Amino acid sequence: MRSIGVDIGSAATKCALWDGNDIICCITPTGWTPKESAEAAVVMIKEKAGIAPDAPGISVTATGYGRNVFPADKRVTEISCHAAGARFLVPEVGMVLDIGGQDSKVISLHPDGRVADFIMNDKCAAGTGRFLQNMAVHLGCTLSDFCSIPEGTVMQPINSMCTVFAESEVIGLLAHGIAKEPICAGLLDSVAQKAVTMISRAGGSGDICFTGGCAQNGMLRALIEEKTGRRVISHALSQYAGAIGAALIGAK
Amino acid sequence: MRRHHGRELKEEITIRNCVEKIDELFEKMREGVRNAPVAVKELKEAGRPIVGIYCTFTPWELINAAGGIPVSLCSTSEKPIAAAEQHLPRNLCPLIKSSYGFALTDTCPYFHFCDIVIGETTCDGKKKMYELLNALRPTHVMQLPQTTEHAKSLELWKHEVIKLKEVLEERFGASITDEKLTSAIKLKNSINAAALRFYDLAALPDPVVSGKEIMLVSDYIKFTFDYEEAIANVNALTDSLLDAYKSGLRRVSASKRILITGCPMGKSLEKVVDAIEAPENSAVVVGFENCGNLKCTHYKVREDIAPLDAITEKYLSIPCSVMSPNNERIELIRHYIKKYRADGVADVILQACHTYNVESHSVRTALASDGIPYIAVETDYSQGDVGQLATRFGAFAEML
Repeated sequence: MRSIGVDIGSAATKCALWDGNDIICCITPTGWTPKESAEAAVVMIKEKAGIAPDAPGISVTATGYGRNVFPADKRVTEISCHAAGARFLVPEVGMVLDIGGQDSKVISLHPDGRVADFIMNDKCAAGTGRFLQNMAVHLGCTLSDFCSIPEGTVMQPINSMCTVFAESEVIGLLAHGIAKEPICAGLLDSVAQKAVTMISRAGGSGDICFTGGCAQNGMLRALIEEKTGRRVISHALSQYAGAIGAALIGAK
Repeated sequence: MRRHHGRELKEEITIRNCVEKIDELFEKMREGVRNAPVAVKELKEAGRPIVGIYCTFTPWELINAAGGIPVSLCSTSEKPIAAAEQHLPRNLCPLIKSSYGFALTDTCPYFHFCDIVIGETTCDGKKKMYELLNALRPTHVMQLPQTTEHAKSLELWKHEVIKLKEVLEERFGASITDEKLTSAIKLKNSINAAALRFYDLAALPDPVVSGKEIMLVSDYIKFTFDYEEAIANVNALTDSLLDAYKSGLRRVSASKRILITGCPMGKSLEKVVDAIEAPENSAVVVGFENCGNLKCTHYKVREDIAPLDAITEKYLSIPCSVMSPNNERIELIRHYIKKYRADGVADVILQACHTYNVESHSVRTALASDGIPYIAVETDYSQGDVGQLATRFGAFAEML
């Protein structure tokens, strides 16, 4: 059975198609209208897979914060979807760290992959992709610049976790003539620290599958690994974990 | 064949009659809660002393024996919080701010009519708020021991119970005799018994009522001052629900059963019950181990010892998070998990409620060792986190 999963996040809408053997993914910015972005993503994935737009027998499962605005066959929370998606990408992993556009979460899994517990930060932008995005505005750089900080950059510690206070701190540091790269490194460290706090609250000692948009950042991954002493695995399709999980759950 | 058909027909008629009766009683209760301010006004005009209370620790029986009407004061709306923040800090629990704000803005009808307020030292924030409240209405604060484990605790609490008795006697020119106390104890025990009998419907294999309906019945009991009528209506409701259930009616279709614990629930926290009972979750709240619900109805006042001793003993046994240690709360939660066949526990914690917030870790650890899924949510009276609550409880339900 073919099944589509659409993960309507605050920044990007991710879509995955599962045909029983393989996964195909695509992504589009969520913009102002989550419903239209999700519809566009479904059209896009069908095109990519060479499926007719009105082909019958394909279920659509929605997840993410926009899941309730989209007419899907099934709606599942991002917790269950990220868990299922992460286990697909990294089999047997016992913990998932997801850092997305507006929230971050740590999910502990039972050995069989079911969700055992979860911790969520969705009340505050600290420690999320939004935090980095806001800072990028002040630094006059893009999110991808956070992925290309030269090796050996000495980090400038950022003391404020709060997005609003960190903004003033960054502006102050720039005024003192501190270069952008050390500030970027400091900001990544701040996001890593927030993640590590959640990970240690959740406990455990095994490998961690890192998902969500921020999982693409190698330095962030390395910082979390260093601080926790645990292996942090990200996958080329990490950003699509929620959508993949939704497609897999929809196929059940 | 024919007999079988006859039985089915009979059951159908029973169900139809019961459903009618159930709807009627729920409507009567809704109306009762709506009309409570008028009822209090009439009691006040009839010369009855109105005694404002906030907490499960207030010995209801003493007020009743003094001829007074104990009335729960408003404390669970966001509306008066901004006004309260003129005098109180922002990072204080919303229940304290709301209570004070209602008094300050004179927007709680019960506060408006009350002659005196009885408070308890259930936390630092409340204790200090009562100092300010005293400027708005005479406020008597009972000093609550912080542990139940010291031999002197019971002695201290009895002293406070006697002091309250004297305060009420002096203020209302009443004499609280043992005889009056004994009948007040009997009355309150029978109100609690009716409430508990209704709550205990959750012990049946399939859910009988929703969490929202449990909240309605709790409110109805709290805001009905014709006590015999309240008992009769709650018992009639329980009877009809039981008859309908036995005849095969299943009013609530939900497969996952949640026990709520934590801070006092109220109108603004219905959002939590809504998030749990959202149709896609297939979950239902089977009980509230909170103040005003199981936490007060579970413990009876003994009728076989001196009334003041019995009152002292019952109220001190309430497992509030202000007590240290508070192991009894975990035992009470375990008892109701088992009795109400709960699949998971939701701990509802108000922002800046340190005692419940800290205790959350102990509850989580204890339930983890029992293999019971547990979720804690920190919230306030605003409706700003409705979406986040939906995601958390959605995921929790998927987990079960």
